[in-house]
Amino acid sequence: MGKIEKVAIANRGEVAVRIIRACQEMGIETVLLHSEVDKNTMAYRLSDHVVCIGGAAISQSYLNMDSVIEGTLASGADALHPGFGFLSENAEFAQKCLDNKIIFIGPRPESIDLFGDKISAKKLVQTTSCPVIPGYIGDDQSEENLLKEMNNIGYPVMVKAAGGGGGRGLKVAYSESEAKTAIESARREGINAFGSDKLFLEKYLGKSKHIEVQIFGDSTGQVFHLYERECSVQRRHQKVIEESLGQISPELREKICQAAVSVAKSANYLGAGTVEFLVEGDEFYFLEMNTRLQVEHPVTEFIMGIDLVKAQILAASDQSVLWNQSELSPQGHAIECRVYAEDPYLGGVPSVGRLGFCKWPHGPGRRFEVGFEEGDSITSYYDSMLAKVIVYDESRPRAITKMIKTLQETVIFGLKTNIPFLIEILQHPEFISGEMTTQFLGQHFSSHLEKKENSKRENLILDSIKKQVGGSKTSTSQLKNPWFEA
Amino acid sequence: MAFIDSNIDTTSSVFLENKEHMQSLVNSMNSAKEKVFQGGGPATVEKHQKRGKLTARQRIEKLIDNGSTFLEFSTFAAHNMYDNKAPGAGVVTGIGVIHEQECVIVANDATVKGGTYFPMTVKKHLRAQEIALENELPCVYLVDSGGAFLPMQDQVFPDRDHFGRIFYNQAQMSAAGIAQIAVVMGSCTAGGAYVPAMSDENVIVKGTGTIFLGGPPLVKAATGEVVTAQDLGGADVHCKASGVTDHLAEDDEHALEITRDIVSHLNKNSFQKIKTKQVIEPSYAQEELYGIVSKDPRVPFDIKEIIARLVDGGEFHEFKENYGSTIVTGFSHIWGFPVGFVANNGVLFSESSLKAAHFVELCDQRNIPLVFLQNITGFMVGRKYENEGIAKHGAKLVAAVSNTRVPKFTVVVGGSYGAGNYGMCGRAFQPRQMWMWPNSKISVMGGEQAANVLLTVKMDQLAKKNEELSAEQQQQFKDPILKKYEEESSAYYSSARIWDDGVIDPKDTRKYLALGIKASLNKEWPEKTKAVFRM
Repeated sequence: MGKIEKVAIANRGEVAVRIIRACQEMGIETVLLHSEVDKNTMAYRLSDHVVCIGGAAISQSYLNMDSVIEGTLASGADALHPGFGFLSENAEFAQKCLDNKIIFIGPRPESIDLFGDKISAKKLVQTTSCPVIPGYIGDDQSEENLLKEMNNIGYPVMVKAAGGGGGRGLKVAYSESEAKTAIESARREGINAFGSDKLFLEKYLGKSKHIEVQIFGDSTGQVFHLYERECSVQRRHQKVIEESLGQISPELREKICQAAVSVAKSANYLGAGTVEFLVEGDEFYFLEMNTRLQVEHPVTEFIMGIDLVKAQILAASDQSVLWNQSELSPQGHAIECRVYAEDPYLGGVPSVGRLGFCKWPHGPGRRFEVGFEEGDSITSYYDSMLAKVIVYDESRPRAITKMIKTLQETVIFGLKTNIPFLIEILQHPEFISGEMTTQFLGQHFSSHLEKKENSKRENLILDSIKKQVGGSKTSTSQLKNPWFEA
Repeated sequence: MAFIDSNIDTTSSVFLENKEHMQSLVNSMNSAKEKVFQGGGPATVEKHQKRGKLTARQRIEKLIDNGSTFLEFSTFAAHNMYDNKAPGAGVVTGIGVIHEQECVIVANDATVKGGTYFPMTVKKHLRAQEIALENELPCVYLVDSGGAFLPMQDQVFPDRDHFGRIFYNQAQMSAAGIAQIAVVMGSCTAGGAYVPAMSDENVIVKGTGTIFLGGPPLVKAATGEVVTAQDLGGADVHCKASGVTDHLAEDDEHALEITRDIVSHLNKNSFQKIKTKQVIEPSYAQEELYGIVSKDPRVPFDIKEIIARLVDGGEFHEFKENYGSTIVTGFSHIWGFPVGFVANNGVLFSESSLKAAHFVELCDQRNIPLVFLQNITGFMVGRKYENEGIAKHGAKLVAAVSNTRVPKFTVVVGGSYGAGNYGMCGRAFQPRQMWMWPNSKISVMGGEQAANVLLTVKMDQLAKKNEELSAEQQQQFKDPILKKYEEESSAYYSSARIWDDGVIDPKDTRKYLALGIKASLNKEWPEKTKAVFRM
C-alpha cells in the first residue's frame, strides 16, 4: 500500500458528499461512481471526476461489483471508499478491489467475512472477555434438558420456536414456575405454525438499550476506542436518533469500551468499526460488529474532536493516525437526528419529488450532513434519508434544546419530512430522562403521528365559539320524543 | 313478558379491564372528534367569524329546535385522507329537527379549503341526500362553498355519483314531494350556484351571500366587464332583480330564523303508522356496554348481553332460541318503537341463516324495523357445510335482507368480515343507517386468514418448482399483508371513506337507533306482497 492520490466513491447522497469533502481537504482527487439518475445531485456537482456505472436500480449500479471495479479502474483511482450500505460490508467485493490493485478503504476482507457471519462472530467473541447473550441451540430437546439449560441461562428466558419470527412461536418465562408452560406453548405454536417442535433458548432482554462502541484499528496494530454511542431510539430496527455519550454509568462505559477493544484486537482489525451491544441494567451483551463507517459517526467526531473519514484514509494508506488512547477523552454531548423524506402523519410513507426549497439554520455547534440541494430530485429508487442534523453542546439537556430549536428553524418545502416526529420524540419525558430503551418508540409513538394538542390561544377561541352557541329559538314540546332526550 | 338476565359480573377484573380498554378507545374517538370540530383551524375560524359569519356547526345549532339532538353523519369522513387537510370532508351533514320536523341538513364548512368539494365531500353530501330520499326528509342546504376542489376535478366532477348528482337528486326529491330548501350564506359559484337555483324555496344573506355562474375574475377574463361580486350576484340583485332567491336576510341568524319559518309551513302530512308503547328505561346502565366486548378481538362475547342493555326494560322475546343458536333473533322495543333484532353469536351455519331469513320475513310482515348487530367472521366453510348447501341457505338470508320493506339499521359491535357482512345487512344492503363501534373491524376476511390464504397459494406455486419458503420467509411474506389488513380494517378507515355513517360511542347506540327509527317514520313503507316462508 502506498500514498493515495485519487479516491473513487461507490456511494451517493450525504455520505458521498462527506467523503468527497474529506478527500479534497486532504488534497486527494475524487471520482464519484454514480447511477444514471443521480446526475442531478450535490455529490455529482462537488466531485472532481464522475463516472456513470449503470442504471437507476441498485443491482445495476451501486451493487454491481463489476461496474464499480471497472469504473474505478477506468478513472485511474488508486483507492475506493464504499461509504456505508451498498458494498461496504461485502468481503467478496473488498477482495476484488485488492485483486485489481485498488486500495479498499475499510477493514481487511477476512475481517468483513468473519463478522459478517453471526455464528463465526459469536464464536470469536466467546474467546475474549466480551460477554455474549447466554442461550442454548443444542440438539438435546428433552424437557429436562431444556429446563436445566434455562436455569443455567437465568430468568427471564425467551423460548423461541426454530424458524419463528415476528413475535410468533416466541414465549417468555419470567421464572422457573413458568418454564414448563412456556416450553409447551412455544412447542405447540412451533408445530402449528412452522411444523417444527425444535426450540431455541436465549436470555430475554425485554427492556434493553442499544449501545455501540466506535473502535479504530491503526495500521501499526493499535486498537483505539472512541467511546460509545447510544441508538436506542429505533423504529422497526431503524435508528432514528443517535447520541454520544450514551446514558450509562462510567463503570459500565469502561467495561464496554474495553470489551469492544478486545473483540477488535482478537480479529487484528484495521480501520473504523463499531461493536454493538445490548445493555440491560449493569449487564451488557455483544450483538454484532459493523465493519464500516456508521451513519451516526458524526456524533463521535463531535465529542472526540476527530475526523473518522480522514483517519480511515490514513489507515488505508499505511499512515499512523497519531492518536494516543489516554489523550482521547470525550467532551460535551452530541445528538444526531436522521431527516427522512416521508410523511410523519401517514406512518412514514416515503415522500418523493423535488426539493423545492430548503434552509438549514446554521449556528455554533450545528452540523448538517446534506446530500441534496434545492431543486434536487428525491427518487423512490434509494433510501429516503435527506440529511442528518447533528448538534453539539456542553451537556445533554443543552444539546436536546439545541436540536429542538435547530429542527424547528429548519425549513423544507416540496417534500414532507419526519421533522415533526423528531421534535415530538425529543420532547418526550422518557427521552429527556435518558432512560429510553429500544422499545421506546414502539411503546409511545404509534405509526401515525397525531396532530398536536391545542395551544392555549386555540382553546380560548374554541371556548368563545362554544359560548356563542345558543339562541333565540322558541322552545318546543319535548314529550316522548327521542330527539329531545337530554 | 320475557327478559334477558345478565350473566355479567360488573366487578370482575375481566369486565373492568375490558371497560377500561373501551373507555380509552372512546376517549381517543372523542379527541379525534374535537379536532374535526375545529374545522379549518382556529385562525381560519377567526377570519370566518370576523366577516360576520357563523361556523357550520353554529349555524346548525341555531337552525334546529332548542335542546334537540343533531344526529351527525360521517364526522370522520376524509380522516387521514388528503393530508388531513379536509376535516370532516369540509361539510357537516345529519338529521336535525326544525319545528319538530326531522330534516336532513347539509352545511358547508367554509373554513375547510373554502368549503370546496373533495371526493369525500361529494360522497358525504350524496349520502345525506340518500338518507333524505329513503326517509322522505326535507332537505336544508346551508351553502357556503367555492364548488369543486379543482386539483381533484377528475374525482368530483364528471361521473354519475359526482357533483352533478347533487342537482339531479334535488330535482328527483322535489318531484317526490321532499322539500328542497337552500340558504345562501357565502359563495355559491359555478356548479354551486345550482344548489339554491334547484331549491324549492331559498334564502340569501346580505353582504356575504353571492350566487353566480362565473365570478368577477372569470367575467373580466371572458368579456372584459369589470363588476363587483355583490353587483354580479349579491343578495339585492337576486332578491330584487333576478328572482333567483326568495328571502333576503340581514345576517346568518336572521337567515336561519327565516328557514325555520319555511320548514314550519311545509305541511308534511304523510307518516308511517306504527304501534308504539310507553318508553321504559333500559334495565342496565349504558356504560356497562363498555365491559362486555373483550379487549382481545378473538375472545367471543354473548351478544344477548348487548341486546339486554339496548332495549326498553331489558325485554326480549326470543325467536327460535334453540335452533341455529349462533344467531340470536327476537322482538323487543327501543324508546317505545317495536324492533326485531338479528344479532351474531358465532359463525353463520345453514340453520342460523335459515332462522335469520325466517325472522326477517316475520318483521317484514309485521312492519317492525330491523336492527342488525354485527360481530361476524363469516359463513362456515368446509366439505360438510358446502355439501349441505350453505351457499343457498346463506343466499336466502341475503335475499330476505335485500328485499324487506321495513327500515334496517346496522351496528357493527365487533368484526364484520366476508359474506357475513352481506348477510348481516352491510352497507351494500341499504340499512337506513350503519354505525361502527370504535373497536370494530371491517374487511373481506381477517388479516391472519388473508395472509394464510395468500401464503398457501404462493407455496403451492413454489412447490410446483420444487421450491419452498423457510418459516422466516413465510412470516416476511405475511407481515405486509397483516399490516395492510390491520390498517384498512379499522373503523376509522371505514368511516373516512363513508362505508358507514359514523363511529359512535357504544353507550349512545340506543339513542342513535331510536332517532333513526323515529326519522324512518317520515316515509310510508310499501305494502306487503308475499307470505312468510317457513324455511
